[in-house]
Amino acid sequence: MTSPRAAVIRTEGLTKRFGSITAVDGIDLDVREGDVYGFLGANGSGKTTTVRMLLSLVLATSGRIELLGEEMPAAAGRVLRRVGALVEGPAAYPHLSGRSNLATFDAMAADGDRATRRGRVADALERVGLASVDGRPVRAYSLGMRQRLGLAGALLRRPTLLVLDEPTNGLDPQGIQEVRELLLDLNRSGTTIFLSSHLLAEVEQLCTRVGVLDRGRLVLQAELEELRRPTGRVEVHTPDVDAVRRLLDGVVEEHDAERLLVRDPDPAALNARLVQAGIRVTRIGAERRTLEQVVLAASSQSADRFGGRP
Amino acid sequence: MIGVELVKLVRSRRTWVTIALIDALPTLVAVLLALTDLGPRPGTGPAFLSTVLTDGTLFPLAALGIVLPLFLPIAVAITAGEAIAGEGQQGTLRYLLVRPVGRTRLLVAKLVAVMAFVVLTILVVAATAYVLGVLLLGNESVSATGAASVSGSSMSSSELVGRTLLALGYAIVCMLGVAAVALFLSTVAESPLAAALGTVALLVASTLLLTIDAAGPLQPYLPTRYWLAFVDLFRDPILWRDVVRGVLLQAAYVVVFLGAGWANFMTKDITD
Repeated sequence: MTSPRAAVIRTEGLTKRFGSITAVDGIDLDVREGDVYGFLGANGSGKTTTVRMLLSLVLATSGRIELLGEEMPAAAGRVLRRVGALVEGPAAYPHLSGRSNLATFDAMAADGDRATRRGRVADALERVGLASVDGRPVRAYSLGMRQRLGLAGALLRRPTLLVLDEPTNGLDPQGIQEVRELLLDLNRSGTTIFLSSHLLAEVEQLCTRVGVLDRGRLVLQAELEELRRPTGRVEVHTPDVDAVRRLLDGVVEEHDAERLLVRDPDPAALNARLVQAGIRVTRIGAERRTLEQVVLAASSQSADRFGGRP
Repeated sequence: MIGVELVKLVRSRRTWVTIALIDALPTLVAVLLALTDLGPRPGTGPAFLSTVLTDGTLFPLAALGIVLPLFLPIAVAITAGEAIAGEGQQGTLRYLLVRPVGRTRLLVAKLVAVMAFVVLTILVVAATAYVLGVLLLGNESVSATGAASVSGSSMSSSELVGRTLLALGYAIVCMLGVAAVALFLSTVAESPLAAALGTVALLVASTLLLTIDAAGPLQPYLPTRYWLAFVDLFRDPILWRDVVRGVLLQAAYVVVFLGAGWANFMTKDITD
């Protein structure tokens, strides 16, 4: 699929070795303007190292990184101003209030505009649902509040690219829902989002494009739609499994007590045929692979597992 | 940026607790001297302490002699050791760098903040000591009799003020070397405590080696070698030799360790 949209993140052969361990192994990321890109991988697969390389926190061993059309890390000082980031959990000065923390971070940056600071801080807090937070120090914040504050920090400069590492960590279900709405809203207004996560459901609900990292290698990178398009089989639930097998001899690929997978591109036509033959159907539809199946098929065993039978 | 670091310093409760603790020792000494009137005999004890019973205005120098060998360097080592490793451990370092704050700029701001801490501490110690000296200790008027220099001749009061300021400046320079070492270790170590203790270990080793004759060839290069040379500023005429060597030695430590710290920090993978 060719896309006219501008590249926001592009890496070529990006590699990072820590001593003899290759954490990230020659990955070619391709994130386009307007994407919500889900960067998936098991714990220890190199997601965080990749995110840190994108942000120039960790220096690549080899390979190229282009962020918002500019070479990194050479242009980091310029490019990172347009990037908001949440890397491996939020962090703040514990003795300061959330508001002072945001103001402090903003003031430390070269171009944190003083005149608009108060307004931007209030706006960012409002967006993440901390508008009326009191002056208590961050030390006294709950995990969820810290996570929201971290997000507010990322939004402070109204970035064109958001790089978020596990953004819903520590949030309750309502909080997760709110953050999802917030991210979709930001995306609608033109923000590209790069979301690193090991939560497949989260990615499935948010993302338009996914990349799967397995032991430092990018084993898959595609549009979510493409991954989830029908497989060409129809899933039939019925109490009359044997009757179906007799009727559709040869195209039933798998079956168990009440479910069959039939090689057939058209569920509607198949349904009509089954009903005509007097077969009771409780449920029927085109088979689509879940993201979980796609990811499991693409990756090897869990990266934090050592030895034993999988 | 530097302003923010200074505000962080001034607003931190720890800064003031540390300064108060450092200040407590000379204050205790002043009170004890005033109560007992038992000064050390001339030539023994910390510098200037034998003279303060006659002239309380010299007590700032005595206080400097009390805090310079241990208290002040420990406080500087902790403050500077915290600079990068502390932000790293807290997790705020990565958020500063992606803001973005340039690594060189961050290091410079931290150095300036540490030096501000040193200056602030030395000024507070000197000011408290002056007030205590005048209130509690010997009150023979300096302008009438002239303060006795270490060499025994007398100094006018303006000369005394000038030389006291020089001594304070010299102490600040000595602490710059400590700050540079601690800042370097702060870019290397994961924990601020390790950076601070590493610096203190170096200073203890240096102090120890200074007492061992076999370490003679090393001694001119040890960081604590010329720390107490500020006493020479009160000889008549001023004995510049050790003071000048002290300044040059500290300058060398600053250049080497700041350079190493900068080089390390610029190429460091921020993984905490």
